[in-house]
Amino acid sequence: MRLNGGQMICQALLNEGVDTVFGIPGGAIMPLYQTLPQYPGLRHILVRHEQGAAMAADGYGRVTGNVGVCFATSGPGATNMVTGLAGAMMDSVPVVAITGQVAREAIGKDAFQETDVTGVTLPVLKHNYLVMHAADLPRVIKEAFYLARSGRPGPVLVDVPKDVFVEEAEFEYPETVDLPGYPPPTYADQESVQQAAELIAEAKRPVIMAGHGIILSQAYKELQEFAEKGQFPVVTTLLGISSFKADHVLNVGLPGMHGSAFASHAINDCDLIIGLGMRFDDRVTSKVSLFAPRAKIVHVDIDPAELGKNVRPTVGMIGDVRHVLQQLTPLVERADRREWLAYIDQLRLKHPLWREEGDNQIRPQDVIQHISDLTDGKAIIATGVGQHQMWAAQLYNFQEHNSFITSGGLGSMGYEVPSAMGAQVGRPDRTVWTIAGDGGFQMTMMELATMVENNIPVKIALINNASLGMVRQWQDIFYNHDYVATLYTGNPDFVKLAEAFGMRGIRATTKDEVASAVAQAMAWDGPALVDFQVEQTENVYPFIPPGTGVAQMVEDPRLVERQAG
Amino acid sequence: MTQEPAEKQHTVVALVYDRPGVLNRVVSMVRRRAFNISSLAVGHSETPGLSRMTFVVAGDDALLAQVTNQLRKLVDVVRVSDLNQENTVFRELCMLRVRADAETRNEIMQIANIFRANIVDVAHDSLVVEITGDEDKVDSLEFLMRKFGVLEIMRSGRLAMVRGSHRADAQEEAAVQRWTPNGDPRRSAESAAPQPEAVLPPG
Repeated sequence: MRLNGGQMICQALLNEGVDTVFGIPGGAIMPLYQTLPQYPGLRHILVRHEQGAAMAADGYGRVTGNVGVCFATSGPGATNMVTGLAGAMMDSVPVVAITGQVAREAIGKDAFQETDVTGVTLPVLKHNYLVMHAADLPRVIKEAFYLARSGRPGPVLVDVPKDVFVEEAEFEYPETVDLPGYPPPTYADQESVQQAAELIAEAKRPVIMAGHGIILSQAYKELQEFAEKGQFPVVTTLLGISSFKADHVLNVGLPGMHGSAFASHAINDCDLIIGLGMRFDDRVTSKVSLFAPRAKIVHVDIDPAELGKNVRPTVGMIGDVRHVLQQLTPLVERADRREWLAYIDQLRLKHPLWREEGDNQIRPQDVIQHISDLTDGKAIIATGVGQHQMWAAQLYNFQEHNSFITSGGLGSMGYEVPSAMGAQVGRPDRTVWTIAGDGGFQMTMMELATMVENNIPVKIALINNASLGMVRQWQDIFYNHDYVATLYTGNPDFVKLAEAFGMRGIRATTKDEVASAVAQAMAWDGPALVDFQVEQTENVYPFIPPGTGVAQMVEDPRLVERQAG
Repeated sequence: MTQEPAEKQHTVVALVYDRPGVLNRVVSMVRRRAFNISSLAVGHSETPGLSRMTFVVAGDDALLAQVTNQLRKLVDVVRVSDLNQENTVFRELCMLRVRADAETRNEIMQIANIFRANIVDVAHDSLVVEITGDEDKVDSLEFLMRKFGVLEIMRSGRLAMVRGSHRADAQEEAAVQRWTPNGDPRRSAESAAPQPEAVLPPG
């Protein structure tokens, strides 16, 4: 079959099972866009900024497990996507981006809207391609999708010059890829598994640290079986949240910089860490030399380069965590760890997460608690980055797997709105709430127009403290309350803003309005925004200052005061 | 280049696709992760479409493991091997332009002879000396030539080949799936101060 480059891409996307594309057209990618009407199986969602396209594709990729796809034109279109794609890389999300490039003969001439996109994106992607001949497109698209979704998933970009979209060639979609430099491992070698089982048998105080790998390989059942059989308490990293039921008796929750004190103490006091599909990020370990000082480490990851990168495991296993758990669980003895689990329960009692009560001010924690209650813990929760993200991670009672969509590694503010939009498009059957900060919200709020235009019924909980809360919190702690450039004094009226976009806007200013505001938003048929005007000075606790350890943890002063009194 | 005593010089050989941008990908990764590479040589391999890169990396074993693993993650890198010192031949090619007049020309040629170096160009006031050998030999010749005045130096960087009948890349296969620890840096130096047993949880 003879097709032009644009038709080849569309047909290849269909062959890969793609049904939705997020993007914005422009000069260099126009020939591809003009072929879209020939392929009604591809739904194109016109976003308002290319960063939104990349982040929506990321949100879509996370909730569906399929590859999220985004389009942008050359130059500014492509560079606008870089933040979104870099985030997908840090968090191992399958995304394929297709960008237009200036025509072949204009490349290197500083042509209008020319940017060296493969050069710019090279260090922040899993792989990228510049396709100079239409005949290469079937192979390249096949490889791009294979690379994006296999092994440790990640974003792949395909840059296509304008005239390649119209060049004709023979289209035959390859069945397989030939990538000798890319062998994704699957099973760990049995000797390592045996060694890990021995370490586990010797351990008195083991802890599982479950990461994004559990979600990416859908190892929920395997994780639960493994944890229950060995009676291992489970802490979940930020991206591991919702890999394990939040209210499971073995779930200890989020550790690290803003994790619960009991989770961090459990790791500090354990004698064996079983790291499953996670990478010992500095937000989890704090200062590495002070991290889990008595613990041996079993580390499972699909990416060999993660083993020994941040901490040195006693036993490392390279493989898909689901397969490794299938190998490991039969070798683990049923254990009675009542004493160790009771010790962790004591930690929970001694270091609870504090909730301020007694006045009628809205605290951010109240909002998350009410959303959690009113959705029965069954919503998909997307967040931006900052205080609201940490409160959502601490407090939402996740009952469904793979339901927490957050920018972990890159920490991109502005992720909340477009990622929620992508997640809702990918899972129209689920309720999607985005917990947004007023700082990040204003970075990508133009996508409200996209939501309204396409009737994407995301519910937005704007945790509006009229400040860049996390930075303001650090100013409290490290800079003697010197609030440089963190307080907004001219925020818009967010309810009017939502209404201007054509969506429902609701305001809540007192604590007793929170529940009804959440209920009204949920009852509204379509996208809705609730402007929760929260107490500005509320800080996230506990807090392990960067470069320190659990011993330096700062707990909520109100909790400390009450426990002292 | 100053080196910590614990650091060793490692030679890493990578078989890579001969495609536009491959060198960029490799070098970009090395720069981004702050690996310290003192030499890099690239050339065609015995297989059309594949090139071989030889790196010299300074660092401990853990750093070497990171370098090789991060290289392996690059899609255009087909194979990576770490060549140890014992069973490997190292060579470097160097050309030196040395100031030479009627008085000194003979002495320079004598020294070149001792080193089995070749004179590949002669001018009224200079010579170009070409030498092949390991780094020490090249360094020694360079040192001796300094007295006459070295006008220009070109060094190829280290090339390495395993002795015997095996290809450098052959020993790599088994290593891919297996991860082995080399000591534990977390336990050294500023490792956690021991806490009194009394505060230890039960178990």
